[in-house]
Amino acid sequence: MSTEAAIDIDREKGNFSYDTEYEYNAGIGLTEETVNYITDVKGEDDWVRAFRLKALESFRSKPLPTHWATKDLENIDFDKFRYYLSKGQQPSRTWDDVPDDVKETFERLGIPEQERAFLAGVEAQFDSEAAYSRMKDDLAKEGVIFVGSTEGLKDHPEIFRKFFGKVIPTGDNKFSALNSAVFSGGSFIYVPPGVKVKQPLQAYFRINAENFGQFERTLIIADEGAEVTYMEGCTAPKFETTTLHSAVVELVALKGAKIQYITVQNWSANVFNLVTKRGLAEEDAEIKWIDCNIGSRLTMKYPGVILKGRGARGEVLSIALAGDGQHQDTGAKMIHMADNTTSNIIAKSISIGEGQSTYRGQVHIPKHLKGCRNNTECDALLINTNSRTDTYPAITVRGDDNSVQHEASVSKVNAEQIFYLMQRGLNEGEAMSLAVNGFVNDLVKQFPMEYSVELKRLIDMEMEGSVG
Amino acid sequence: MSVLEIENLKVNIDDKEILNGLSLTLPKGEVHAIMGPNGTGKSTLAKALAGHENYEITGGSATMNGEDILALEIDEIARAGLFLAFQYPVEIPGVSIANFIRAALNSRQEEDIDAVAYYKSLYAEMENLGIDRKFTSRSVNEGFSGGEKKRCEILQMAMLKPEFCILDETDSGLDVDALKVVAEGVNQMRGEERGILVITHYQRLLNYIVPDKVHIMMDGRIVKSGDKSLALEVEERGYDWIKEEIAAGV
Ligand SMILES: Nc1ncnc2c1ncn2[C@@H]1O[C@H](COP(=O)(O)OP(=O)(O)O)[C@@H](O)[C@H]1O
Ligand SMILES: [Mg+2]
Repeated sequence: MSTEAAIDIDREKGNFSYDTEYEYNAGIGLTEETVNYITDVKGEDDWVRAFRLKALESFRSKPLPTHWATKDLENIDFDKFRYYLSKGQQPSRTWDDVPDDVKETFERLGIPEQERAFLAGVEAQFDSEAAYSRMKDDLAKEGVIFVGSTEGLKDHPEIFRKFFGKVIPTGDNKFSALNSAVFSGGSFIYVPPGVKVKQPLQAYFRINAENFGQFERTLIIADEGAEVTYMEGCTAPKFETTTLHSAVVELVALKGAKIQYITVQNWSANVFNLVTKRGLAEEDAEIKWIDCNIGSRLTMKYPGVILKGRGARGEVLSIALAGDGQHQDTGAKMIHMADNTTSNIIAKSISIGEGQSTYRGQVHIPKHLKGCRNNTECDALLINTNSRTDTYPAITVRGDDNSVQHEASVSKVNAEQIFYLMQRGLNEGEAMSLAVNGFVNDLVKQFPMEYSVELKRLIDMEMEGSVG
Repeated sequence: MSVLEIENLKVNIDDKEILNGLSLTLPKGEVHAIMGPNGTGKSTLAKALAGHENYEITGGSATMNGEDILALEIDEIARAGLFLAFQYPVEIPGVSIANFIRAALNSRQEEDIDAVAYYKSLYAEMENLGIDRKFTSRSVNEGFSGGEKKRCEILQMAMLKPEFCILDETDSGLDVDALKVVAEGVNQMRGEERGILVITHYQRLLNYIVPDKVHIMMDGRIVKSGDKSLALEVEERGYDWIKEEIAAGV
């Protein structure tokens, strides 16, 4: 395997931006006018406009969750952001048709190369809209749909509308409401019954503009017995001002379907990353979230699975790395709603220096269910004594026939380990990095190769940067 | 110049003097043994030379091939050619032996080592030391028996081929068969290009790794040096007679 082709979200490499002329710009701040502008530009149906405006109301009425996350949320000034910026609505099907500055951005990030190497399809979003979207022809012949959400809403309303907002209601939380009001971009995927997409479909979300909010909306539906792996990578340049990323991702796995959703994100330290992700698993279906959060100023993200059908399985494997001055507030939600449903959560966090990691979990198994199981493991690794870690597992399990297993550990990279590793010739950064990679190793082994290689590389860079 | 030269070395731990003027010369091509009672500062010597930050150097000097190693960082000393086989090897969860040794080798060279060549030499050295191949994927020292840890230290030494090696109580925790295998491994590394310092408080190991010189260490310094027969004498008579000799000013 060529590591060159691996998903590449090197923060340094991603730290550039182009002065871009935007055809469409909703201006600064968020009002009904902003929402109407977005819906007009996109030429959306009335029901979408109504949906957005209602969501705006919901957003305004909901409090910030500062009582349990962090007061830092109060530093977000929603009036200072630009909510919609694009060069046009139609994503290109060939890289040649993508505007030069945008194409150069994705070339610098290595996207076309990865597409050739191992992907079944790619969507590349630049600020608010997909600039490029293409899937292999044979998948199209099998009836697979993989387009931007703007396109999906326009061209496939019959499927889109049926599932849209059903897994994550608008008012789920303040940020899902915000997304519902101003969403743009993201992916829409439909895999027909029995179709197994072998290579991953990938989306790359790129923020280019300053003072900008990116609100992609992704909806993935795997019909009965279908299988698909979706991967998202994200970067943004390092601006002095804050950037907001607030996505909503809904997955629907119908009977016997499997969806694997992989995120490897490496935001710069000015990004508020407030994302709502949830899947709905019908009978014997399986949804697996692999979620790697590196960077950002504050990430709040708790991927979840609603286990709706008998025998459904849900899994969250997550790694969060909080560098100096960063806060990773991450976790998982497993809502058991049928007999014989099983869920597995393995969360590993690494806190460095002043970095702070929080695990926030919710596992709910009601009393009337039988044969349900949950396994939750949270492991925290602290690198130097200033770091903080908190665990809030919140497991409510009722009924005798259901079982849960919960383990939590906190460990430190200690001076004797570093001495031992350095005595073998590794410098301090390499020693730290090896210890951290060791800590996440059993989890990373379960990731597809390309992503584990990239994750290791990101950890190496992060650790080498963390020792002076 | 091809020598590890320690002169009048003084080392404190938490303001307490542990080494108080230790001198020792280990030329390449020789094997020296340090024997001494528990708590006398043998491990302190090993760790202080390796650059451990808890050990404060308050006087004296230590040079390797003429280079002042006391001024160097831990990893610089290691890459300059000093290897320490730990008395208590440290567990590194999740890091496999194979990846660990490869990272150590890569830290010494510009280009990363070729994977095929690497595994070939790793397997050869493992076979030599009677270490099962499945150890390559086990986490460094995690859940190892005492003997497995020590063998693994010698495996690392064999792979890294350092110029100077300090073996800190490598014999402790080994049964006779394991001791022979480890000693054989060390003996194969003896030669003109390498100096080896064996720390032990049992003479037994020295039947298998026969030293060129034996130094007796007490209360933080070398108090008596001799050839291999000195080790036998200590084995037979204990350390008290040496104390008495010192007291009598012999
Ligand atoms: N980390 C430490 N902190 C305090 N005292 C120590 C530490 N390590 C060793 N010592 C003390 O230093 C002395 C020498 O120890 P050590 O070098 O381990 O002896 P040896 O290896 O000869 O048995 C002992 O008195 C021991 O208690
Ligand atoms: Mg000792």
